[in-house]
Amino acid sequence: MSEKRDYIYIGILIATVSLLPFFLTNDYYLHVLILIGLHTIIVLGLNLLMGYAGQISLGHAAFYGLGAYTSGILTAIYDFHPVFAALIALLFVGLIAFVVGIPSLKLRGHYLAIATLGFGIIISIIFNEMKLAPKGTDLPMGGPEGITDIPKLYFLKYSFGLDNILPVKLGQVTGLSNVVPNLYAFNIVFDTDLKYYFIVWIFALLLLIISNNIIKSRVGRALRALHTSETAASTLGIDIQKYKLSVFVLSAFYASIAGSLYAHFIASAGPSSFGFHKSIMLVVMVVVGGMASIWGSIFGAAFITLLPEFIDALNNSVVKIQPELFYIFEDFDIIVYGLILMVILIFMPEGLTKGIVDRLKGKFSK
Amino acid sequence: MFSLFLYFFMSFFDQLLQFFVSGVTQGSIYAIVGLGFTIIYNSTEIINFAQGEFVMLGAMFMVTFNAALGLPIPISFVISVIAVLIIGILIDLLIIRPVRKPTHISLIIITIGASIFIKGVAMLAWKKDYHAATPFSGEKPISIGTAAITPQALWVIGITCVVLVLLHLFFEYTDTGKGMRASAINPKAASLLGIRVKRMVLISFALSGALGAVAGIIIAPITFAIYNMGVMLGLKGFCGAVIGGLGSVPGAIIGGFALGVLEAMGAGLISSAYKDAIAFVVLLLVLFMRPTGILGKGEMKRV
Repeated sequence: MSEKRDYIYIGILIATVSLLPFFLTNDYYLHVLILIGLHTIIVLGLNLLMGYAGQISLGHAAFYGLGAYTSGILTAIYDFHPVFAALIALLFVGLIAFVVGIPSLKLRGHYLAIATLGFGIIISIIFNEMKLAPKGTDLPMGGPEGITDIPKLYFLKYSFGLDNILPVKLGQVTGLSNVVPNLYAFNIVFDTDLKYYFIVWIFALLLLIISNNIIKSRVGRALRALHTSETAASTLGIDIQKYKLSVFVLSAFYASIAGSLYAHFIASAGPSSFGFHKSIMLVVMVVVGGMASIWGSIFGAAFITLLPEFIDALNNSVVKIQPELFYIFEDFDIIVYGLILMVILIFMPEGLTKGIVDRLKGKFSK
Repeated sequence: MFSLFLYFFMSFFDQLLQFFVSGVTQGSIYAIVGLGFTIIYNSTEIINFAQGEFVMLGAMFMVTFNAALGLPIPISFVISVIAVLIIGILIDLLIIRPVRKPTHISLIIITIGASIFIKGVAMLAWKKDYHAATPFSGEKPISIGTAAITPQALWVIGITCVVLVLLHLFFEYTDTGKGMRASAINPKAASLLGIRVKRMVLISFALSGALGAVAGIIIAPITFAIYNMGVMLGLKGFCGAVIGGLGSVPGAIIGGFALGVLEAMGAGLISSAYKDAIAFVVLLLVLFMRPTGILGKGEMKRV
């Protein structure tokens, strides 16, 4: 992809992301779009690891969860500032990824998959079992219920009296009062889904641009080289272990950012959101979107996040016609999920994005 | 004073014995499940994440045929094993063979997809309830020295031993077993010698299905049967196989039993809350210190 085309794509994406909320008829869709944004962030990082460096991680939900838990515990129990808490979470998750990564990344293929799987399950068991000291008169947090009462995200809560100096409020001028409440962007408390949607997608876009720059740089070429052949790469002077570890830590950073954003969005963080199943779903998003495809990451995240919603909608329409079928269709989504997973991987092992594009090309050339 | 110490020592020893007995029982299941992983891994290099679902299906079929339909235990046992064996064959024919460009990652995810699918169907068929299975011969515990053991635990250990002996005979003395070992070592060379590698893969899936079913059938009276019981049993059997050395048949057996005993000891002596974590901590320690496992081959494969 040429650089010019990248800019065009990024432009189209920014336009889509900023206009999409105004076409939504239902608040719930906004909620789903925020989840897609969060998943996109993790999948972008995981795709750097899987698609470009060729290392599989079956435990990435652990980093996502550690980010969410660290942010949640620091803000809900110790009253840290959300940004400060998120930065601490980032460093903490990075450190854990570093420590786990050193021995794990010496392993290859299946063994790396197994090690990351083991790590992910251990972390999810810790989430499930840990008990934290009660805050004030509240019940102790942790355990299966997880961390609750996490405050909303904000950057600055104080207006420094600028409200009086500059009385013009951008929100009133533009008429978008629920998007931009006043002139001082940093004064926003992200208390509505719409504001949250924008902050999540701003992060997603920034990280997408960062990923795009990384793979175009020397680092990206080094990663692809070690993916193709580690021996060849090391004879060319590429420090394999250093590069693998850097990408692993970087992908954990991405997951941690998504985790912190998730914690403030849902206002709670429970163990069930960060278990083995989630790790698998993240890998599936990468594979469905297409390995080594940055734009595929968005697609994969969107497709897999929307899938249960589609199945749900389908259920509802079936149940409307035949109400007695409700009990049969209640848990139908998991079957369709498994089925779609298998079908995609059997017939389009390079991901849905590439698979569809290749099919279309095949049709047109005939 | 001394007698008090002796008393504590003896009761501690009794406890250890009790933990050991329950560890061996649980370890038998891990060993059988781990063997299922190993057999498929050896013939295809696939880690079959649907292995745990074979266990669940075995238990569920047993409950259906025996407790619900009232067939006698031996007959339900055989029918259940055959049913899961057929499902194993179907997985190979319908899911593994049609894959266009098999890579490690895509094959792993396909078996995960199969596992989700099977779990979903089981949830529809048997609902989200716990199903009780009838123990094979009564429930009155038998005491061995100071430890007590349920008859079902004896059945578990006994049937596991029989299965292991039968498998050994199969791999050592039948042409099919030898063919499977040959195609595991070198599929190309094996096919040049006239061994039909594809059929060997099919048999390995059938065998794994049957093994998983046996594990599920014998454990169901102890743990109850529920649609999601396969996840943890599968993962831990897999841990056992990796700890023993992925691809090694004696490794899977030793790893499975070792894991069962370690887990029971750890749960009893350290913390029962973190019981499930023990298997994975041991797994990581083994992987980091000796990635090829206790009995694995010295050389690691490049992927």
